[in-house]
Amino acid sequence: MSDLAVQAEGLTKRFGAFVAVDHLDLGIAKGEVVGFIGPNGAGKSTTIRMLCGLLQPSAGRAVVAGFDVGRQPEAVREHIGYMSQKFSLYGDLTVRENLRFFGGLYEVPRQDIDARMRNAIAMAGLEGRENALVQTLAGGWKQRLALGCAILHRPPVLFLDEPTSGVEPEARRKFWDLIHQLAADAVTILVSTHYMEEAEYCNRIALINAGRLVAIGSPGELRRRELGGTLYDLSCDALGAAVAALREAPGVIDAAIFSDRLHVLMQGDSTSLQPFLASHGITAGVPAPIVPSLEDVFVQLVTRPHATGASA
Amino acid sequence: MNLKRVLAIAFKETLQVWRDPRSLAIALLMPLMQLGLLGYGVSLDVRHVALCVYDQENSQASRGLIQQFVASNWFAVVRNLHTERELRAAMDRSQCIGAVTIPRNFTRVLDTTGAVSVQAVFDATDVNTTNIAIGYAQGVVALATTNFGQAWAQGHGVQPQTVGMIDLEPRVMFNEGLDSRNFIIPGVVAVILGLVGAQLTSLTVSREWERGTMEQLISTPVSALELMLGKLVPYFVVGLVDAAFCLTAAVFWFQVPFRGGIATLALTTMLYTLVVLGIGYLVSVRIRSQLGASQVALLLTMMPTTLLSGYTFPIDQMPPAVQAITLLVYPRYFVTILRAVFLKGSTLGELISPILGLIIFAVGLIWIAARAFRKRLD
Repeated sequence: MSDLAVQAEGLTKRFGAFVAVDHLDLGIAKGEVVGFIGPNGAGKSTTIRMLCGLLQPSAGRAVVAGFDVGRQPEAVREHIGYMSQKFSLYGDLTVRENLRFFGGLYEVPRQDIDARMRNAIAMAGLEGRENALVQTLAGGWKQRLALGCAILHRPPVLFLDEPTSGVEPEARRKFWDLIHQLAADAVTILVSTHYMEEAEYCNRIALINAGRLVAIGSPGELRRRELGGTLYDLSCDALGAAVAALREAPGVIDAAIFSDRLHVLMQGDSTSLQPFLASHGITAGVPAPIVPSLEDVFVQLVTRPHATGASA
Repeated sequence: MNLKRVLAIAFKETLQVWRDPRSLAIALLMPLMQLGLLGYGVSLDVRHVALCVYDQENSQASRGLIQQFVASNWFAVVRNLHTERELRAAMDRSQCIGAVTIPRNFTRVLDTTGAVSVQAVFDATDVNTTNIAIGYAQGVVALATTNFGQAWAQGHGVQPQTVGMIDLEPRVMFNEGLDSRNFIIPGVVAVILGLVGAQLTSLTVSREWERGTMEQLISTPVSALELMLGKLVPYFVVGLVDAAFCLTAAVFWFQVPFRGGIATLALTTMLYTLVVLGIGYLVSVRIRSQLGASQVALLLTMMPTTLLSGYTFPIDQMPPAVQAITLLVYPRYFVTILRAVFLKGSTLGELISPILGLIIFAVGLIWIAARAFRKRLD
């Protein structure tokens, strides 16, 4: 418990009859970068808002940075940084004015504020534009500045709600570099995204769908464990017949057409595939193991009816 | 309560007001515009009523009576008429509001009988002005009667009070010394500050909700009280500048006599500004859209303020039930205070009950508004 920066137990949020977050259990160790992955409406933002004390949980509890979000929301707020999904700095204030404002709200000591503002400006790459109105900045700069504002008080825990949505790929990569710099300073970060490829940048990822935690683990773990086998790619003629045949083959979990090739998920020895297909009159190439994408994993998990158990 | 956070919010809010020309225009120009409109529009006085005179006698006495009309300043003689037909035409063409006809035998009848009638015709299209003009005319004639009567009584050796052609109208007596503008303007200032102040703050919280900045703001440790105080500080300054504009205009432009103390005026104005901003803030906390908040603030302040604050309709002439309701119409306290400070030179001690009324409102509103603000999204 004391090693966990964020811990949620049975966290639930209902809006009327709609259950946005359904008995979510989550533990995040100090200094971890956890990616919160799921489609729009899966409950990512609602969960993060509950962890920030912005929404009252309908059931369950959560402890963030050692404080209960339901009972000590103000203590939680002092120890977290938060970037909401919608850009929420003041467009009619300049870069410097926004930073000074949040520095004041977070009671950054007078002797530190100038250095921290310089840091934030450098981090956002906004040197020379300190006096530009924020509404004139492009998306990537805005997001990095918002991050700078959220960490002025050096919070041990950071919640970032889709910080890279709508930002161009180059700016997204820069943003993730910043996240890793913070993590190197032992900041715990929960970051939600709907870009699957960004999940690869996280220590662990938590997959959420329809308000329920579907799986949690490192990207590698999830690929191995959750798929339950190894993914192979092979070429063959008669793709349709091959899929039908392979689904009955020993050791094969799933088979699917992937453009002009086959993807076969299986346990055990892949050398049996070629002879098996030959016995059905199908000529196939040598199966080559491939790395499944997290999207493959996610699709497998949400389409599998029993895939609700999560291991923390 | 952390002063640093209050100051951070106050500074930020000041910058935003400064960079938002619309708000600043509303804040600084509207009150003066309204004061101009209401200050002139609401005046109950009638001056320089256009008058035509048909003096059939043209004697010393008749000219003396006409001179009385002119000297009163309520009437201006625009034309001298010579026939009945001219009089008709002048009225038809709206060249005058009233026409006075002095009969051919004016001096003789007055001398022999001590009673004579002077005909005055008034255009009643504008009933209000005409009623007032008739009142003034009666006042002028009554004054003239007294003068003539004294001379006549002396000449005939009788007591002067037994003579008189027209009964004195009390309204004319009352109004002779009283300029209604002196009475109206301080009330108008109170009403304007009430409306504008509530508008100013009604947008301040709803704007944060609308622009999405509130979610970030409430994720910080800022408390509801700090947020409120920080947001009220700049508008408090703007409100006081408005008050200074309006009060200065009242004294130097509308020439309302100022007999009270500056300190009394300043302290009560600050108190009232606080109440007014508090109303707007409370609305803003409860309603998350700017348009809605501004409309509700207008509805909440406009109707009760114009009808029930006593600035045009005297509270002591209202039915008891309505009088009781006016206790909740906070501008009434400031209307009372301003009138008393301006016209009577009242001190803080003499104004203790309306001041207490404002204090109760100020404390109550701040307490309710601070509690009404929830640092939650749901």
